[in-house]
Amino acid sequence: METFASLADGFAIALTWQNLLLALLGCFLGTMMGALPGLGPSNGVAILIPLAFTLGLGATPSLILLTSVYYGAMYGGRISSILLNIPGDEPAMMTCLDGYPMAKKGRAGEALSLSGIASFVGAFLATWGLIFLAPQLVKIALLFGPAEYFALFTLAFATLGGVASTNQAKTAFAAALGIGLATVGVDTQTGVPRFTFGEVHLYDGIDFLVAIVGLFALSEVFLFLEHRHGDSDAAKHKVSVGRLMPSFSLLKSCTPTMLRTSFLGFIAGVLPGAGASLGSFISYTMEKKLVDKENTFGTGDPRGVAAPEAGNNAAAGGALVPMLALGVPGSGTTAVLLAVLLALNITPGPLLFTQQPDVVWGLIAALFIANFMLLAMNIPMIGLFTRVLLIPPRILMPIVAMVSFVGIYGISGSSFDLLVMIGFGVMGWILRKLDVPLVPIILGTLLGNAMENNLRRAITIDNGNWWTLVDSPLSITLWSLAVIGFVLPIIFGKVLKSRMRMKKDEEGAVID
Amino acid sequence: MSDRIFGVVGLLLALGYAWAALVIEESFLSDAVGPKAFPLIIAAVLGLSSLAIIIKPDKAPEWPSFMRFVEVGAAIVVMILYAIFLPELGFVIATALAATYLTWRLGTRPLSSVVSGCLTSVGIYAVFHLVLGLSLARGPLGF
Repeated sequence: METFASLADGFAIALTWQNLLLALLGCFLGTMMGALPGLGPSNGVAILIPLAFTLGLGATPSLILLTSVYYGAMYGGRISSILLNIPGDEPAMMTCLDGYPMAKKGRAGEALSLSGIASFVGAFLATWGLIFLAPQLVKIALLFGPAEYFALFTLAFATLGGVASTNQAKTAFAAALGIGLATVGVDTQTGVPRFTFGEVHLYDGIDFLVAIVGLFALSEVFLFLEHRHGDSDAAKHKVSVGRLMPSFSLLKSCTPTMLRTSFLGFIAGVLPGAGASLGSFISYTMEKKLVDKENTFGTGDPRGVAAPEAGNNAAAGGALVPMLALGVPGSGTTAVLLAVLLALNITPGPLLFTQQPDVVWGLIAALFIANFMLLAMNIPMIGLFTRVLLIPPRILMPIVAMVSFVGIYGISGSSFDLLVMIGFGVMGWILRKLDVPLVPIILGTLLGNAMENNLRRAITIDNGNWWTLVDSPLSITLWSLAVIGFVLPIIFGKVLKSRMRMKKDEEGAVID
Repeated sequence: MSDRIFGVVGLLLALGYAWAALVIEESFLSDAVGPKAFPLIIAAVLGLSSLAIIIKPDKAPEWPSFMRFVEVGAAIVVMILYAIFLPELGFVIATALAATYLTWRLGTRPLSSVVSGCLTSVGIYAVFHLVLGLSLARGPLGF
């Protein structure tokens, strides 16, 4: 019952006019960014972090804004999947399979509202899951010492490539690159400058916000320039929505599907290295195996629309569990959300729940509110969002680039940071061409210092004995999971990835 | 082939990083691990993964034609110029120029690009500076 009391406190925090307005703004922007192909949840949140930061919003309001964007983008991804057969973001990939055929049959409106409801069910149940699971995980995490934390960070990096990773060497490379970038600057323990090469700007390290915005947002602009993919995809298609509300019997027939896939998606979200894309993938595959008796999946079966949408939104909620409870995100967008927390000087992890309960519960309450707002927004206002698809990238991409510059310049007011950001943009573009995942780089720059500090603390406590790292059963378990998580994709990754890739373009490097 | 080159670059990066870690001047007051050990571990991971990429490269990505490379390169130069001249020119002018260029290169006709670039710049200025009160670069004209 303590949980409900905390939740009530959370609602008291979240239900102010300012926070409600921020949630509404976040939901709206998020849905738009999700709907536009090329701007996924990670990019969306990345562009907005520096802004939330420079606007001087407090911790809870910024988090409310940005998690609303996160949830909103997860809702929005389905719109272009259904109408254009182009996933708005990676998790919405599977929605194309049945959503687009439904739209072709003239049932686009039904598909959109059904998937909106499925998204709502998934996200709603996952938020409840978050409420009950996160405190349990906190109890385990309180047993962690520095050695266990070091092992946990290693586990996070080892599994980040995900079950669907094709090339683990590239994931490892990206993680090491990110951690390496984090070590630039004055060493926190001894005060000696490292890797600064005498450049004063580098003494306080590389700002991870600069890295994130450069890697995610600017590299997207370069990709568009390279392909000169300037016209909107919607212009070629005839976007007609048709009948809006699904019939009651249709909803009823999809309910078991939604409930099952919400559960499955949530689990996929909580597990490290899985994330929303995998959540929607396994949801769809399982439902196909389970209920597709007449082979209607893939030809516009409503259940094939409901399954991946409930799955990916539930996974989005599930991914918040390890991020909040352990401080170790399991997916791309939650890694970006971790950056928000760190930028606001909040250390996520077990102590967050005891020391700053208002942040946690305010956030959770905001998730509920955002969810209802999104449901309300996504069904009657769907016509507005379909119109957003008509904005051509040749107008949109320069705006994205300029807003990124504004955000970063707003933080520091220095041209040097802008140059560093451009550098990261170029790096991100090249790495995406080479199929190197960007998320481990981000996570490395975010967690590198915490990882090193825990390593050094653990060894210092044990008087320089390195074996202390594998001294407790807990840390041995974490290490073995890390090894398994790293090796498994080398064996199974190719198969799974090729199945998931069927419906996907080449360079959607931000796996989520 | 692309992956092999990438691997070699990564390997050089790892070596350079390891070398830079070895020359870190340690202070006389240090913990049991010191500032060098962790970077050296990371350098080892970086080097090993680069070796793995060299040994087992993926198939090469589709690189753009030379003209497209020039296109991206020019955009990078424009952005660098933007970063340098932003404090000089002020936000509105610099942004209008950069946005116009990017819009034009993404395939809008020149005149529409100018209109769209100016609107982008003024729009961002209105929303972020006038409404939200973010401090943006002030040029000689005060905006």
